[in-house]
Amino acid sequence: MNCRSEVLELTVEARQVDEAMLALLHTILLHRSTGKFHYKKEGTYSIGTVGTQDIDCDFIDFTFVRVSSDELDRVIRKAVSEFKDALNNSGSDGMGQISLEFYQKKKSRWPFSDECIPWEVWSIKVNVVNLANEQERQICREKVGEKLGEKVINVVEVINRHEYLPKMPTQSEVDNVFDTSLKDVQPYLYKITYQITDSLGTSVSTTMRRLIKDTLAL
Amino acid sequence: MDSDLSPQDKKDLDKFIKFFALKTVQVIVQARLGEKICTRSSSSPTGSDWFNLAIKDIPEVTHEAKKALAGQLPGIGRSMCVEISLKTSELANVCVCLSCRCDKDIKVSYTVYNRLSLLLKSLLAITRVTPAYKLSRKQGHDYVILYRFVVLGFQTVRVGVVGTPVGTVTLSCAYRTNLAFMSNRQFERTAPIMGIIVDHFLDAPYGSQPPANMGQPCNYRPPGEEDGGAFPGVEDSQEVCTTSFSTSPLLSGDDEGLSHSGEGRSDGRRDEGEEEFGAFVNKPSTQITTASLDLPFAAFAPRGLDLEDKDPMVQPPDSPPCPSPLQASLHSQGSEESGQQDDFVMVDFRPAFSKDDLLPMDLGTFYREFQNPPQLASLSLHISSQSMADDLDSLPEKLAVYEKNIDEFDAFVDMLQ
Repeated sequence: MNCRSEVLELTVEARQVDEAMLALLHTILLHRSTGKFHYKKEGTYSIGTVGTQDIDCDFIDFTFVRVSSDELDRVIRKAVSEFKDALNNSGSDGMGQISLEFYQKKKSRWPFSDECIPWEVWSIKVNVVNLANEQERQICREKVGEKLGEKVINVVEVINRHEYLPKMPTQSEVDNVFDTSLKDVQPYLYKITYQITDSLGTSVSTTMRRLIKDTLAL
Repeated sequence: MDSDLSPQDKKDLDKFIKFFALKTVQVIVQARLGEKICTRSSSSPTGSDWFNLAIKDIPEVTHEAKKALAGQLPGIGRSMCVEISLKTSELANVCVCLSCRCDKDIKVSYTVYNRLSLLLKSLLAITRVTPAYKLSRKQGHDYVILYRFVVLGFQTVRVGVVGTPVGTVTLSCAYRTNLAFMSNRQFERTAPIMGIIVDHFLDAPYGSQPPANMGQPCNYRPPGEEDGGAFPGVEDSQEVCTTSFSTSPLLSGDDEGLSHSGEGRSDGRRDEGEEEFGAFVNKPSTQITTASLDLPFAAFAPRGLDLEDKDPMVQPPDSPPCPSPLQASLHSQGSEESGQQDDFVMVDFRPAFSKDDLLPMDLGTFYREFQNPPQLASLSLHISSQSMADDLDSLPEKLAVYEKNIDEFDAFVDMLQ
């Protein structure tokens, strides 16, 4: 199976980084989350309901829709905040990339650890600019809003091609496909990673992995 | 196409499409209410949340949508369209339609349902991205956003695609499947495919009263609304949605979580409201002027009276309480219909003094455009008599004021001299 990879590029002002990343990550996760599964007798299950919430951005003329799950929102905000801090601290020209990877776990026999097989990767490349005055900021506010709209449309177009999705798992396999740690929604297994690009354009050492499910070896 | 589907699958598919259409219109209208929407996730399925999405139902919207559908589903060549407008111009149209492309291998109850759910999520995201969303958030005193449902008969054909080094040239054709009489004004508006939906908001002289079929305002405010629990429950009982699924795609549909709670299909009775009409369908009794004959699709004739008799889009059973703006634009004497015209003869329209045989259309176009001008408001008997009566009543008062200020007027006249 080939992993599907999509790249979204965006230029934003420093204070817009959080909201822009949240908007795109939440839009993707909205499509990649289902209600909680409740397995009944063997072979049947019921699915809970996913609520949605409109979120207005403060620094961008944009509103996005996210899944109504405060837990999930906290996880995403934490990852975005770390990415933003890394961008600020790197001393680079403000270029970086945050990636949202959806994967499946494949059980391996002892002594090998479970394998994580990505099936979809979304990479958001960010270029942070500094603006001189309020007028430029106002224009940037509107332009970034429009750009984000275009990116949302891109996301929607890709997702609605209905390409590969993992099969609905049995009860014993559900943790290999979905993140079942949240109490109200159930996204596909995912991880968020980021890279900061230095002024030479090469990726630097600060890559941090955040694993949702415990996949430590042995 | 349907022959390969089992009866259960066909039944499921019809139900999915019906509720998909109803939920789609809810999402679109709610996105234009001007408020942020918030619904809660629930880990336990309730059976009323179709497509596993918490989308509340505004009863009025469901009612209007069902009225527009008139007991039928969006199907091949029959699209349901949601028009969002700002009273004078259309902002967007979203159509729910079924194309001819079939995917026979697809499993109805499993894959189709999940993909429809994904589509609804995409709709939730997209409705916040269009410029109309910002306008709708600011609506209030100065303007309101309106919505209306229309059911259209058109199909699209993708003619072909040609790749070039710089891009792809795509040619597609959207054509109406239900030809009905259209006024001259409709052809003045050159718009993309969505422009085939005629602009209903004509410049008809209605005075302060907007046309009856202008649409419903997107400002639904249920009583006792609170954050997160925006809308009251559905008036009518709703069919319970599928809540149980099988992990094995090979197993047949599981009815464990499925039950019907008594909502029958519409009995086909139609209301007398304007929405039962197709977007550009007029009553067949409307006069067809020879001016329209040179225009595309203008050679409309009642081909088979049987077809028209049965087609609710052309032959609505009841006459509407108010005249449609379409009719008003066709008759300079107002909205009174003057007689039936069962058949007409194609006449080659050659305007007098048109000397250029190659381009007779210029003068001809001029003739056609000005043959049926709209009724002037001041010439309307009702309005003009009313204003005259008002003027007469206010005359003594005005004279009194002028006499009181007579010195000022004299001074003004002296100044001019």
